[in-house]
Amino acid sequence: MKAGLRLFGPLMAPRTWRTTFHAVAAMLLGVTTGLVIWLVVVAWWGALLSLIEGPTGHPLLPVLYLGVVAFGPLVLLPFVRFFSALQRERFRALLGVVIAGPRHDPGTGRHRLLRPWTATSTWRQFAYHLLAPLVCGAGGALVLLCWAALPLTALWEHQASGAGHAGWFGGAGALLLAAPWAAHGFAATDTAMARRMLGPGRAERLAERVASLAQSRADLVEAADTERRRIERDLHDGVQQRLVSLALNLGMARAAFTDESPEILEVLAAAHDDATAALTELRDFVRGLHPAVLDDRGLDAALSGIAARAPLPVELRVALAPRCSPSTEAIAYFAVSEALANVAKHAQASRAEVVAERIGDRLVVTVIDNGRGGAAIDSIGTGLRGLQQRAAAVDGNLTVVSPSGGPTTVTLAIPCA
Amino acid sequence: MRVVLAEDSVLLRAGLTKLLNDGGFEVVAAVPDAQQLLTAVDEHRPDVAVIDVRMPPTHTDEGIRAALVIRRQHPSIAVCVLSQYAEERYATDLLSLGTSGVGYLLKDRVAHVSDFLDALRRIAAGGTALDPEVVAQLLVRRTENPMQRLTARERAVLQLMAEGRSNTGVTEVLDVSHSAVEKYVTNIFAKLDLPPTDTDHRRVLAVLKYLGT
Repeated sequence: MKAGLRLFGPLMAPRTWRTTFHAVAAMLLGVTTGLVIWLVVVAWWGALLSLIEGPTGHPLLPVLYLGVVAFGPLVLLPFVRFFSALQRERFRALLGVVIAGPRHDPGTGRHRLLRPWTATSTWRQFAYHLLAPLVCGAGGALVLLCWAALPLTALWEHQASGAGHAGWFGGAGALLLAAPWAAHGFAATDTAMARRMLGPGRAERLAERVASLAQSRADLVEAADTERRRIERDLHDGVQQRLVSLALNLGMARAAFTDESPEILEVLAAAHDDATAALTELRDFVRGLHPAVLDDRGLDAALSGIAARAPLPVELRVALAPRCSPSTEAIAYFAVSEALANVAKHAQASRAEVVAERIGDRLVVTVIDNGRGGAAIDSIGTGLRGLQQRAAAVDGNLTVVSPSGGPTTVTLAIPCA
Repeated sequence: MRVVLAEDSVLLRAGLTKLLNDGGFEVVAAVPDAQQLLTAVDEHRPDVAVIDVRMPPTHTDEGIRAALVIRRQHPSIAVCVLSQYAEERYATDLLSLGTSGVGYLLKDRVAHVSDFLDALRRIAAGGTALDPEVVAQLLVRRTENPMQRLTARERAVLQLMAEGRSNTGVTEVLDVSHSAVEKYVTNIFAKLDLPPTDTDHRRVLAVLKYLGT
C-alpha cells in the first residue's frame, strides 16, 4: 500500500498537473512565438542576402528588400518585448514564478529606435524566443509522450494484435510513472532558462539596485531633516513657550514681592535665574538642531547666528544664488556649526573665516582658522567623522587640512540639488 | 500707553497681557495671528504693537511682515517684535523702513520685567531697542570688518548704543566713568567719519553705519 502510494502518488499530485499543464502551455506558446520570430528573422536574412547577391526580377524588389532590412529590427523589437511579457506572465500564472522584466533604457532622439538592440537583455530575450520552439517544443512533446504512452500502446496493440505486448506495455508503464518527473524536470529547466534570458542581467540588476539604494539613502537624509524640523517646531510651540511663561511669571513675582523675607526673595531669584538659563540653553540647542530661519531665509541668514555666537571673531562670506535644496543647506549649516565649535574648543585660534559659495552645481563651504592646527578627521571629540558621513550620504565630501602649527582648513563640498 | 498684542500662544498672550497691564500699559487688544493684528491696529490705533514673529498660518516670519505693514500704514505706531531666536535678517527687514520706534527683542527678555518694560517705553517714545544678540549678528555681517577700526572696548560701547542705551546706561553696564564713555563715543564717531554737526543724531548714524541700514 505504502509502496503503491509512493509509486503512483506523484501521478495524482497537484504539482504534477501544474507542471504538466505548464509544459503543454510552454510548448504551444513557445512554438507559436518562436515561429513568428523565426519568420521575421528569416525574412530579414533573406532580404539581406538578396541585397548582397544583387536582386533580380521586378525593379521594385530591391526597395522591398531594403525596407525589410531597415525596418526588420524595428518590427522585431515589439514582438520580442510582447512575447517576453507573455512568457513571463505564463511563468507567473502557471508556476507562480515571478521574473522581473529588464528595465528599458528609453534613449533619446534617433537612438530611441535602435538603442534597445545595444542592450544585452534584448539579445537574450531574442535568443530565448529563437530557442523556445526547440526547447519547449521538445520538452512539451516529451512530457505529453510520457502521459500518452500507455493509451497509445493499447490502441496500437489493439489494431496490430501481434505478439510482444508485455515488453511494450512495460515500457509504456515506465514512461507513465516517469511522467511527473519529466514534467518537473522540464519546468525546472524552462524556468532556469527563462530567468537567465528573460530577466534582467547582472549589470542591470546592479544598476537597479544602485538606483534604489541611492533613492532610499536620499529619502533617509530627507526624513532625518524633516524629523529635526518637526522636533524644532514642537519644542518651539511647546516647551519654549511654557518656559518663557514660567520665567515671565517668576520675573513678575520677583518684581512684585520685594517686601518679602530675604529667604523667599533668594529662592525666587534663584528660580527666576534658573528658568532664564534653561531658556537660553534650550534656545541654543534648538537653534543648533534646525533653525527655522534656514528654511525661511536660507543658509546665508542662518549662518549669522552661529558666527555671532562663536567666542572669537568670525568673518562670514556667503555667495549662494540660486539657493540649494533644504537638505543641502542643512548639512552645510551643521558643518559650519560643528567646525566653529571645534575651532572654539581645540584650535586656540584668535579668528576664523567662513566662506560658503556655489561652484557649479556644488555648494562649497570652507572654514579656516588661524589656530595651532594638527586636527584630523579622526580626532576624537571633533565630530568631523560624523560630518564626513553626512556629506558622503549625499555624495559629497569633507576634507581637513591642518598642518601642525596651523592654519586649519575644513572644506565641505556637496551637490546642490 | 495703549498696546495691541499679537501672540499665538494662549499662555504667553495671557502672561504678556498681565505683565503689560501691571506695568502701566493698557492692552487694548490681544490677538493670535497677523491678520487679526492688522485689523486690531486699524481699529484701535495703539501707541505700540507688540508682535510675535512666528504665528499662524506658516509659522515663519508673519510677525515681521505684519510689523512692516503697520510701519508703512501707520508710521506713528511703534512696533516691538518678540522672537524666540535672534535673527539679523529679520531685524534688517524690520529696520529697513527706519529706526525710530522699532524694537527687536528675544522673547526671553520679557522675563526681566523692568528691563523689558523700559525697552518698550523707549520704543514707544520713538527710540530703538535691539537685542544684544541681534546686534552681535549684525556686526558679523559687515563686509568690511569694523573690528579692525574699533578697539574691543569701543565695540562694546557701540553695541550698547545699538541696543538703545544712553551714555548713562553704558556707564552703568560697563562700570566705567561718564567721561570715559564720552571719550569712547567721540572716538567711535571719529573712526566712523561722523563729523560733529548734530550730536543727537550721530548716535543713530553710528549705529546705522554698523547695521548697514
